[in-house]
Amino acid sequence: MPETLLFYVLSGLAVGASALVIGQRNPMYSVLLLIVSFAALAGLYITLDAPFVAMAQMIIYAGAIMVLFLFVVMLLNAPQEDAAEWDRTHPLRRPGVARIGIVLAVLLVAELGWALAKVASLEGAVGGNADGAAIASVREMGRVLFTQYSFAFEATSVLILVAMIGAVVLARREGDA
Amino acid sequence: MIPLSHYLVVSALLFAVGTAGVFLRKNLITILLSVEIMLNAVNLSFVAFGRFNGTVDGQIITFFVMTVAAAEAAVGLALVIALFRTRESLNPDAFTSLKW
Repeated sequence: MPETLLFYVLSGLAVGASALVIGQRNPMYSVLLLIVSFAALAGLYITLDAPFVAMAQMIIYAGAIMVLFLFVVMLLNAPQEDAAEWDRTHPLRRPGVARIGIVLAVLLVAELGWALAKVASLEGAVGGNADGAAIASVREMGRVLFTQYSFAFEATSVLILVAMIGAVVLARREGDA
Repeated sequence: MIPLSHYLVVSALLFAVGTAGVFLRKNLITILLSVEIMLNAVNLSFVAFGRFNGTVDGQIITFFVMTVAAAEAAVGLALVIALFRTRESLNPDAFTSLKW
């Protein structure tokens, strides 16, 4: 089963790279590893017959957003996290907080396992089918996007304008005209 | 054939990794990256559910999530730059006072 193998390789790569992202003390390595994770996710979208989302993932996420992060990391030349300082001051190191957190985490995992054991109705195959060519067509997606979701699409353009103005105002130096 | 629940498990794992990053890291940039991981985990389950239902709605919502993520990254990083200018630090614990 090549598609099953592909799914497990891509999933492992996505989760493993994401785990390494939060394991790094140097934000530069975190950003680069996150690009690996996003590339694996794009592969998963292809196994779900969503090639357009996969390409958008690579171009917008890995291409544009991550370059923005990389730019800020280089611009700030930020100091790395100090491990000893982390051990001393992190709120999760306090014993009471840590105990409550462990209880909540175990509860969450148990709940998740219970929910997933119940979802027998969700066992329908979604990945690697060949009959999904019709629904995945970019034409159908464009039609729905510009008819049913046209208001959300237009609202999104306003959102981007607001974000752009906000970023310019926030990052401006005090006293600049 | 891969069942839907496998994709949901991967999505849940990614979301858990992102949540852990927000709680464990003490660097504003890494915290923002963890938020991006969480958004991507949700995107994956949207696309998987859309494929399961045979509609394109899941993929379209993914586009809106990507747009919001781009806006969030732009505003968030602008805030990080402004904060770094005042305190020369990216540790969230350095920003405890409301006014300085």
